[in-house]
Amino acid sequence: MGLPLGAALAACGTSGPAPSGGGASGGAAGGDGGGGGKATYWFLQGPPGEAPRTAAVERFNKANPNGQIAITTIQNDAYKTKIKTAIGANQAPTIIWGWGGGGLRSYVQAGQVEDLTSWFGENAAVKDRLFPGAFGAATIDGKIYAMPCETVQPIVLFYNKKVFEKVGVQPPQSYGDILDLVKKFNDAGVAPFSLAGQSRWTNMMWLEFLFDRIGGPEVFQAVFDGEKDAWSNPASIEALTKMQELIKANGFIKGFSSVTADSNADQALLYTGKAAMMLHGSWSYGIQQEQGGDIVSSGGLGWMNFPGVDGGKGDPSNTVGNPGQYLSISSKATPEEKEIAKKFFATGVLDDEEQKEWVSTGGVPIVKGSDSLFAGSKDAEFLNFIYGVSSNAKVFAQSWDQALSPTAAEVLLDNIAKLFQLSISPQQFATNMNAVIGK
Amino acid sequence: MSAITARRTSSAAASRGGGVLPWLALPALVAFAVFALIPLIGVLLLSFTSWDTLGEIQLTGLESWRQVLTDPGLPHALWVTFLIMLLSWGFQTPASILIGVFLAGHQRYRELLAVLYFIPLLLSSAAIAITFKALLDPNFGLGAGLGIDFLTQDWLGEPGLAFGVVIFVVSWQFIPFHSLLYQGGVRQIPRSLYEAAELDGAGRVRMFFSITLPQLKYTIITSSTLMLVGSLTFFDLIFVLTEGGPGDATRALALDMYKRGFQANLMGAACVIGVILVLVGLALALLLRRIGGRDPYASQLEGV
Repeated sequence: MGLPLGAALAACGTSGPAPSGGGASGGAAGGDGGGGGKATYWFLQGPPGEAPRTAAVERFNKANPNGQIAITTIQNDAYKTKIKTAIGANQAPTIIWGWGGGGLRSYVQAGQVEDLTSWFGENAAVKDRLFPGAFGAATIDGKIYAMPCETVQPIVLFYNKKVFEKVGVQPPQSYGDILDLVKKFNDAGVAPFSLAGQSRWTNMMWLEFLFDRIGGPEVFQAVFDGEKDAWSNPASIEALTKMQELIKANGFIKGFSSVTADSNADQALLYTGKAAMMLHGSWSYGIQQEQGGDIVSSGGLGWMNFPGVDGGKGDPSNTVGNPGQYLSISSKATPEEKEIAKKFFATGVLDDEEQKEWVSTGGVPIVKGSDSLFAGSKDAEFLNFIYGVSSNAKVFAQSWDQALSPTAAEVLLDNIAKLFQLSISPQQFATNMNAVIGK
Repeated sequence: MSAITARRTSSAAASRGGGVLPWLALPALVAFAVFALIPLIGVLLLSFTSWDTLGEIQLTGLESWRQVLTDPGLPHALWVTFLIMLLSWGFQTPASILIGVFLAGHQRYRELLAVLYFIPLLLSSAAIAITFKALLDPNFGLGAGLGIDFLTQDWLGEPGLAFGVVIFVVSWQFIPFHSLLYQGGVRQIPRSLYEAAELDGAGRVRMFFSITLPQLKYTIITSSTLMLVGSLTFFDLIFVLTEGGPGDATRALALDMYKRGFQANLMGAACVIGVILVLVGLALALLLRRIGGRDPYASQLEGV
């Protein structure tokens, strides 16, 4: 990978003032006119995000013939491994796409990403137009290491209205209603909830909401802050117990632990009516729209925030999910490449075109006032809902596996899989997880 | 001209005693050193460190070893690996011998079948796993599609069933290869042995057990070694099929190593498991050689 890059730089050196063999011809070359280096950028494949991301880069490349960005697209689960390996081997792309939080922290600790704090200071306009809440997961120890981008993605409870109509029931108002619905749907031969259990993070979304609704956001915050035995909190045990009760009551589709999210099989279960409801990221809307036939266009897809649990302490307006996506710059990139990346951040990321494209996929760009773009969109109802949930949430928590370090996140996902398999009890789960607090 | 020089060098080399032969082993030796020995040493060294694949490598002595050896996940992974090894061997060997013996006949239809049986070997493990995963999907798979209740099981979601599926798919992929070994082995058996037995009035079953099986002894040892040692490193198929799940029901050592190294960012611990895998593999290969007798390459055809 290093070789063609060096060759490209050497080739362009002939047109510059002082031909130099290596790539270290200085940062000034990256501005207008000079340069000619090629920054690299890896991101996730597949709908709904691939098209807007690709288009944004193509527009940038068209406008900057001398500062091109080359893209590589990779599937979700494979990306997480590949990007870590590449960064560790000093082969990272110039622009590192990510989820912020714990993963970003591990890059920062290894000195692999650029500190962007002063750049944001000089370019206040870039910062000020974005949701302030999006910067939390980009900030490590008071410094900003990533540019928030793309869309805000809270986790939403989706449901198939046609199935609800057929069975003759109403959407749940509380967790108690959910339990009643589970019984009714099972009696009607429809699975209450779709779930891609093999992907594990899908199971985690359930725990995130149950923890919040029962004990409030403080319960997981204690884990995040590294408090001893934080998982043994009574609210935590209650949430884990409720989770296993729902599984035992056949709340999820038969065979959920072999369903994967990467293949969108869980989405298919909802839009084909084999399952009535599904807890999933807001990006699911775009997938349903693209693959689910007429479920969205015919108004068959319903959505709501996760309802409250009776007697729980958490505010039902709280939500959890991805406050944004994040772009970092590899500290191993050449000065030219870094310049191209920064220029892309300032002029390419979330330009008006890209915002419109995200809106058209059912996403809410993390730009203040982006709700003005919703008018006239066929998805206005959903977009306004997401904009409302995101801006009205008292607490918008980051997904657990993104907030924790990769090591702790792996243990978490592993234990969640076992919890859903009913092979460990809530107490065992808490013990196993307490052992990795702060790691 | 070249023939003359070749003869001259070979005779000159022979007169010097060592000759050109040791040099012929050099390419293989270099490849082995570069692709096997050096990485192995690297793994051994890394097992005494803590490394998250991103930052500096820190020397931590036996910390990673302590961490892995006290983890209850290790005996479980060893047990799963052992079960996969044993069950896939127990299922593949009889099936491969029978198919191999059947295919050793020179009838036209058997040669045609031999070609068909060979096909799974040409497919990549990942492709096989993805296909089986789709076929066995409880909601959109074969059972649901054809409306056959028996096939609509939660094949990859129940620990026992998932384990069985892994064994089945592994066997489905590798039985053709081992059948090929046995086919070759059977064709090596001199006809005269069977003719003599026939004159003595032995039936087909008797001939199979008294001639074919004993004559296949070394083929069985070769094939078993390949199966047992090979099954230690099953990764791609299980990873795509179940990702070690449900829970950790099919998390074999190789999978455990990957998860620790690349998902939990604990390279030191992953290397410890790598070392354990190497040791178990070596012990197994040595054991099988022992079972095979002092001189596994001695002739069995004396007097024929």
